Amino acid sequence: MTAPAVPASSPASTGEMARIPGMKTQRNAELGLLAFAMVLVAAYGATVEASRIGEITPTFWVPAALLSILFLGLHVVVRYTAPYADPVIIPAVALINGLGVGFLRRLDIGDALSEKLPVPGIFAGIGGRQLAWTLISLILAAVLLLVVRDHKIVSRYAYTLGLTGIVLVMIPAVLPASISEVNGAKLWIRLGSFSIQPGEFAKIALVSFFAYYLVRKREVLSLASRRFLGIDFPRGRDLGPVVTVWLLSLLVLVFERDLGTALLYFGLFIVTLYVATERASWLIIGLLLFFGGVYVAYLLGASVGGPFANFYDRAQVWLNPFDNENYERLGGSYQLVQGLLSLGTGGLFGSGPGAGSPRFVPEVQNDFIFAGMGEEIGLFGLSALLVLYLLVVERGLRSALAVRDSFGKLVAGGLSFTLGLQIFVILGGITGLIPLTGQTTPFLSSGGSSLMANWLLIAMLLRISNAARGPAASGGGTDRSGGPKKAPTQLHGAMTEVIKP
Amino acid sequence: MNAPLRRAGVVILVLFGLLFANLNWVQAYKADDYRTNDYNRRVVVAQYERPRGIIEAGGTGVATNKVTDDALKYLRVYPRKEVYAPVLGYRPVGLAATGIENAENDFLSGESDKLFADRVKDMFTGNNTGGGNVLLTINTKAQEKAWKELVDNERGVDKGAAVAIDPRTGAVQAMVSMPSFDPNTLVTHDEKAASAAYSKLNKDPDQPLLNRSTAETKPPGSVFKVIISAAALQNGYTTETEIQAGREYRESGAVIRNSEDEVCPGSQIDLKAALTTSCNTGFARLGVTLGRDKVLAAAKAFGFEDDKLTVGNLEGGGLPVAMSDTGKIANPDGGVDKGALAQSSLGQRDVRMTPLQGALIAATVANDGKQMRPYLVQKLTSPDLRTIYTAKEKTLRTPINSQVAGDLKDMMVSVVENGTGKRARISGMEVGGKTGTAQNAEGADPHGWFVGFAFNDKGEAVSAVCVMLENVPGGHASAEAARIAGLIMKAAAGQGGD
Repeated sequence: MTAPAVPASSPASTGEMARIPGMKTQRNAELGLLAFAMVLVAAYGATVEASRIGEITPTFWVPAALLSILFLGLHVVVRYTAPYADPVIIPAVALINGLGVGFLRRLDIGDALSEKLPVPGIFAGIGGRQLAWTLISLILAAVLLLVVRDHKIVSRYAYTLGLTGIVLVMIPAVLPASISEVNGAKLWIRLGSFSIQPGEFAKIALVSFFAYYLVRKREVLSLASRRFLGIDFPRGRDLGPVVTVWLLSLLVLVFERDLGTALLYFGLFIVTLYVATERASWLIIGLLLFFGGVYVAYLLGASVGGPFANFYDRAQVWLNPFDNENYERLGGSYQLVQGLLSLGTGGLFGSGPGAGSPRFVPEVQNDFIFAGMGEEIGLFGLSALLVLYLLVVERGLRSALAVRDSFGKLVAGGLSFTLGLQIFVILGGITGLIPLTGQTTPFLSSGGSSLMANWLLIAMLLRISNAARGPAASGGGTDRSGGPKKAPTQLHGAMTEVIKP
Repeated sequence: MNAPLRRAGVVILVLFGLLFANLNWVQAYKADDYRTNDYNRRVVVAQYERPRGIIEAGGTGVATNKVTDDALKYLRVYPRKEVYAPVLGYRPVGLAATGIENAENDFLSGESDKLFADRVKDMFTGNNTGGGNVLLTINTKAQEKAWKELVDNERGVDKGAAVAIDPRTGAVQAMVSMPSFDPNTLVTHDEKAASAAYSKLNKDPDQPLLNRSTAETKPPGSVFKVIISAAALQNGYTTETEIQAGREYRESGAVIRNSEDEVCPGSQIDLKAALTTSCNTGFARLGVTLGRDKVLAAAKAFGFEDDKLTVGNLEGGGLPVAMSDTGKIANPDGGVDKGALAQSSLGQRDVRMTPLQGALIAATVANDGKQMRPYLVQKLTSPDLRTIYTAKEKTLRTPINSQVAGDLKDMMVSVVENGTGKRARISGMEVGGKTGTAQNAEGADPHGWFVGFAFNDKGEAVSAVCVMLENVPGGHASAEAARIAGLIMKAAAGQGGD
């Protein structure tokens, strides 16, 4: 970051937390980047109006201004509660979120005009609802930052969180399909017009639980082993939790009919396990188990059918999307094909915001928003979006590297990796790289649960990055690189705490 | 713990790299494929962004556009419905067009290279200039007359076709097929309704979607005697040459009789009289006397066995014309089957012909033996009515010299003036022709044919026509065809009209 350092004496930096002279909070850099992001969002809105309505209305800037106020609010909260938090995360996420709102409003405008209705108001339609969800999500994120002043506190509730996570994951599986099924995947709880994806929230709860569990068990998992073929393999009894989570994710795969969610849970567990133990054998075991399980499910789907049939179908659709038989079939490749055609039509530069035909893509406001935007902003625009996502994920991982306690490392690492993996799973799905699954695109897709859960995730990352970048625990005046090492604080309930330099 | 965290970061980088690579594959490498894919609805919508060119006949639009207010901005309209449907075809939403709409699709849609300048201009002006216009050779009076007379025929026949061409150029003056269909039902933007209308038409046993004038072949019956006559005249016969006739002719198991006992009962009849009375025994024996090779050669010279002909634009493209065929006339060992040859000489057995081929035979006789290539597209004009192409007639083949053509013309005029084709007569014009009554299936009524031509008072060959009616009840099947043919030629010559 090249933004100027904020002097400790600056009035703007007199926050609740004590500032250390010479340490950069970079909050002003964040503010500047945020302003730039909001200018881009306003420009996007103006372009949409120019090509959809034919003129830029005098109110084109209002959604961007409202979003600016919301993000400014979060910025102020961060300034006071987490002054050393990473300055890039909020502007990057705000830009993605703002473009998402802009695209959803573009859908509203397009729908209204094709029905020969007047241009909808700013709070109408899915764009307006997304604006409201953004408000609620940011409030939740701010509350989390205000309540959780130290991420280690979370570890006290680890078992509660773990149980909550598993329950959240399992709820849709046990509910009848009429309530939980959308587009063949049972991931939802639908009550009337209101629906949430509990799995979105489960991510954060499960990562916190895994992190706590692994911090406590990491010695035994990493030390007790049997050597085989030059690789250290864990003892059979230590495999218990891994096998449990593996079974859980396979159950998700079979009963919620969703490969992506299964991959997500399993991936986040394996990665936290690997990070905690530093043992590559866990990765090997994990990957073999997962892909073996997937392959067996595929074979079972081909031969037995039943609960595995849906998975087999999806694999077939993925392998031959343009096959006429797959295309015509109900629940076949129609959606995937239309998404690919939308992306292909966009080409390198896209048709320009507002100038495409995203409504040819089913579910373009949810799972396929990336494909719908791809037609209008082209390969260059999507690449920029990918870079923004990558920036958020890598910033999160950097916080994990820099933070000084194992729990923080595992939580930040796990959350960042999960976010990255989810982006990979959904974007890979709609671009035909991997079988399509019903994940939302973080911060873009319309819908409250995804937005709220992911903003909570971001708040957690901000909290941890504040600890990572700020002065060492409770205001010790040491420079991170130079000063003598302090004994790390004991994590609640943890027997040991070992930090390798 | 930092080393595995870094590796996790690398894994994320790799995953995003894969996403980026795949996005390049989809949006750059496969972009053109996807942009023009059949499943891509944008292609369809884009086609309706600019008005499609108009198809005109005689100054009136027969395929036009109506501005709509739905996503597809223009609706194709065919004001004359069934009358022009076999010629124009139709252009449905998101599916392939048929007829001239298909043959001239590039030009009508504006994608043709010939309209490149207009597209470039559009890029700068931002307009959506329409496609190019097509002017047909169809004579609206002849076309309307042909349709009306075919539909209102006096025998209640429900299937048939009529084609009229200008013998001097090959320009098609009329082309109708019965039953026909309303193309408007197939091009509606309500694709479900269009699809339902299509499957209904497609399942109809009377095959309304079939253009009977070009795409269906039927046994021509005595019309084929014109070909036998041409073969004879080219091989030393004259119109006065006496040929053997009689009440009955038996050849290798085939028994040939005349349609009625009073037709050529004598043992000898001259060639002209034989054609005039449509003497079966005479022509069957004549065919056998000439031999298979000469009969087949004459038929081929007139256009039989040609499976490449299209009628549309003389520079290529148009309605495909089914191959008219004489059959092999051979025994299983490949030798000449004389019984079959006798029957084939009367246009029966395996002889099959399109109505267009019938009109071409008459036109060839009327045009001094030169067969002009038939065409439907007279002119192509750009959206601003600049002429881009004008049809320039082409000689397709010259099956007979003008001497033979002159003799055949005399014989055919005699058919209309004194013989079986009297109902085709038009006052003030010299009309010639030949009738045909073709047996087809056991117990079914015969098909009635008439091919003929008309010369105006200046001695110009103004029209050649072929009318075919399927399964005509009530005897003298060809008489009704002759009557309709006369009326069509009269209209084509500019004397008809209502």
